[in-house]
Amino acid sequence: MSEGPDTPPFSTVDINNDNRDDEDLFASAVQEVSLDPEVNGAREGLEKVTISDAPPSITASLSSPIMEEIGTERPNNIIITITEPQKIGEGMSSYVAYRVLTKTNMPIFSKHEFAVLRRFSDFLGLHEKLTEKYLRSGRIIPPAPEKSIVGTTKLKMASTPSIESANGTSAAGSMQSQFVERRRAALERFLNRVGQHPVLCIDPDFREFLESESELPKATSTSALSGAGVLRLFNKVGETVNKITYRMDESDPWFEERSSRIEALEVCLRRLYGACEALAGERRELAARTHDAARAAAALSGADLHAPLSRALSHTADLHEKIEQLRLEQSNTDFYVLAEHVKDYLGLIGAIKDVFHERVKVFQNCQHAQMQLTKRRENKAKAELANRPEKIEQATNEIIEWESKVERGQQEFDTISRVIKKELERWDELRLTELRAALLRYLDEHMKHQAQSIRYWDAFLPEARAIK
Amino acid sequence: MMDCVEDANHDPLSAHSTASPQSPGTIDPKLEKKKPNENVSLADNSLLVDISDALSEKEKVKFTVHTKTTLPEFQKSEFIVVRQHEEFVWLHDRYEENEEYAGYIIPPAPPRPDFDASREKLQRLGEGEGALTREEFVKMKEELEDEYLATFKKTVAMHEVFLQRLAAHPVFRNDSHLRVFLEYEQDLCAKPRGKMDLIGGLMRSMTTTTDEIYLGATVRDVNDFFEQETSFLQEYYSHLKEAVAKVDRMTSKHKEVADAHIRLSSCMTQLATREQPPTERFLTRAAETFDKCRKIEGRMASDQDLKLADTLRYYMRDAHAAKAVLVRRLRCLAAYEVANRNLEKARAKNKDVHAAEQAQAEACAKFEQLTARAHEELLDFRTRRVAAFRKSLIDLAELEIKHARAQQELFRKSLQVLKECQ
Repeated sequence: MSEGPDTPPFSTVDINNDNRDDEDLFASAVQEVSLDPEVNGAREGLEKVTISDAPPSITASLSSPIMEEIGTERPNNIIITITEPQKIGEGMSSYVAYRVLTKTNMPIFSKHEFAVLRRFSDFLGLHEKLTEKYLRSGRIIPPAPEKSIVGTTKLKMASTPSIESANGTSAAGSMQSQFVERRRAALERFLNRVGQHPVLCIDPDFREFLESESELPKATSTSALSGAGVLRLFNKVGETVNKITYRMDESDPWFEERSSRIEALEVCLRRLYGACEALAGERRELAARTHDAARAAAALSGADLHAPLSRALSHTADLHEKIEQLRLEQSNTDFYVLAEHVKDYLGLIGAIKDVFHERVKVFQNCQHAQMQLTKRRENKAKAELANRPEKIEQATNEIIEWESKVERGQQEFDTISRVIKKELERWDELRLTELRAALLRYLDEHMKHQAQSIRYWDAFLPEARAIK
Repeated sequence: MMDCVEDANHDPLSAHSTASPQSPGTIDPKLEKKKPNENVSLADNSLLVDISDALSEKEKVKFTVHTKTTLPEFQKSEFIVVRQHEEFVWLHDRYEENEEYAGYIIPPAPPRPDFDASREKLQRLGEGEGALTREEFVKMKEELEDEYLATFKKTVAMHEVFLQRLAAHPVFRNDSHLRVFLEYEQDLCAKPRGKMDLIGGLMRSMTTTTDEIYLGATVRDVNDFFEQETSFLQEYYSHLKEAVAKVDRMTSKHKEVADAHIRLSSCMTQLATREQPPTERFLTRAAETFDKCRKIEGRMASDQDLKLADTLRYYMRDAHAAKAVLVRRLRCLAAYEVANRNLEKARAKNKDVHAAEQAQAEACAKFEQLTARAHEELLDFRTRRVAAFRKSLIDLAELEIKHARAQQELFRKSLQVLKECQ
């Protein structure tokens, strides 16, 4: 990231750092990974992304062999940024609209650069659709940011624009903008993850989401309080029970091993997340206390009769106010660069578990079909013994039916197992790459913070020396 | 002081300690107090006092007070006694109640050794031991032990400064109580303040405050300087108190920020153990970086505490002592006014006029003397304070820059190493 201007060898699109807000601390980590040629080895000829060779009309619900074999190392040249969150409307019917800006040279898109407005439920709707279509094939669907009824309601009920009080950001105002910022960054990472996925990125719903200027049909099924929402809740409970009770007879040790590895990783990441969050929180608190100390110094300065000392104390107060801001920024770095990254991966692990479970369901299907076939065969045998020709014919037909179901089931199971393996390999690589990038970025940001701190204290030193 | 302790830990980044010499930073204000007011040369070694050792036992701290002197009033030229905190307070009280010193700012008594905070933290650590890994627990325990050590050193320094200030003062050093304190080998009869003593102390401080208010309201003081000083000191003292509280809160939170790195570092290490070698190396190095970062942040916090908080605290107490001088002066003025009224009455009745005249003359002389002394003391207080703040602020800025540079360098190096990794 500090290697100098990255000029990716994209012929048609100028996806440069200039277009990204340099002050934007919250640019997606994934975004940077995909751009940085260093991370993925030397890149040549990235203009020709293999994916574009496949006709865009292929619906990827059944993963064709081409799709599966596509190497996962090359980044897709698509970058999505989310900007300008705006509150639309007032009261309970209000919502926040996000501007989704896409820059790409993928042929399936009609333009190279385009922007649309989307609201949070649109994102959730997109995630639903992708899950419906691809989970069964064994794809790891990047999770969407969580709903937050509390956060959303607060936002709805607050008056626009969020007011900043005279002495700096009001606590409520900054909480809200933190909430919105956090959500914006998370949505951005979500979209970019989808964009980088070799199969999901060419999904027509995804395309529509990015391109279509019209408002998307309201994804009411994603609303927590709707009928569909309640239904989903029931389904989820059922699934959970299924997960616990059904023990699959695992023939492939790969899955058992990976499963336990993933579980262990999850435990680790949870602890790490806790530690990051704690650090960010403590720093935020430190910033607040620095503010108090600054005020106290200012009061002291006002009371001091000795003019030069009074001035110096006043400078001390100013200095600490600057330090307060700096500490807030440090806290944000802790949070947005590190903590949220870890949180994303906890979410992804959840998605992996989902896909593992999907495979179990496919297996259950297979078993069920197998049982039905056996039963039908028994029926036929019985009918033959009892010499009932109509029954024999019926049984034979049923056998044929179930035989083909068994075969399909078996195919489905093989496919999903194969795809999961590929997905997990890709994910593992990506995980390490992103973790590395996040840590490097974290250290880099903190290094800059220290430089800033030095500048502040350096400016203060002569003031202290000037006391007579 | 802190720098000396922690520099000893192989820190390649600080090759030299800071401006402050081996003795704690709070010593320096004392040197600056010996202003040309009194003809005491800084090279006067006729009475040298230091605390050569200290022992912490359960609830008590025992200070070994070591004296070296050439003054004839002492029986020996070098000797040692063991004193507890209460005996220091006893000594301070003797100075406070001595009318001869009414015009002087009496060096404030050192604060009571307070390890409650450290002890509490250690206890909480012990209770929460299950939630931490072995490594985390060990590190946190180390941190707490360092903190305890720092608190301990600070309290020793405070007690030492108190004695040294008295020993260096041309008037105070000749006090008989000081001699007793330094020489007398048995325990002074100052047992831990019994209830009566505590109440007595409380009453005294209460009367000072009420006097402050009452006398301030009733006694007419035509002296501009003192009027100004009174209002200034009152306001300044309360602001100092506030500032001390806020800075303390800030530095303690800063410590917690430093400690939070322990958990982060240990989680990284855990994560590293389950990865392939190249990633493992990467994460382990990252974890090390966080650990080093923690140490630097910890030092930042303690230097802020030392340079900013402690200076503010010290001058808060000194301001309090200065206020006490003003109150004593007002009392003296009140007595003077009473003597005046008595003289008038005597003259009116033409009875015991001579006695009344003498009494009035005495009261007048006493008051003028006190006023003159107090005037000098207050000016000296201002000079001392300005010099001390200046030094502390400069020291603080230099230390913070040094630490920030160290952090920056740490990150830069880590980034370099990590980028080469894998």
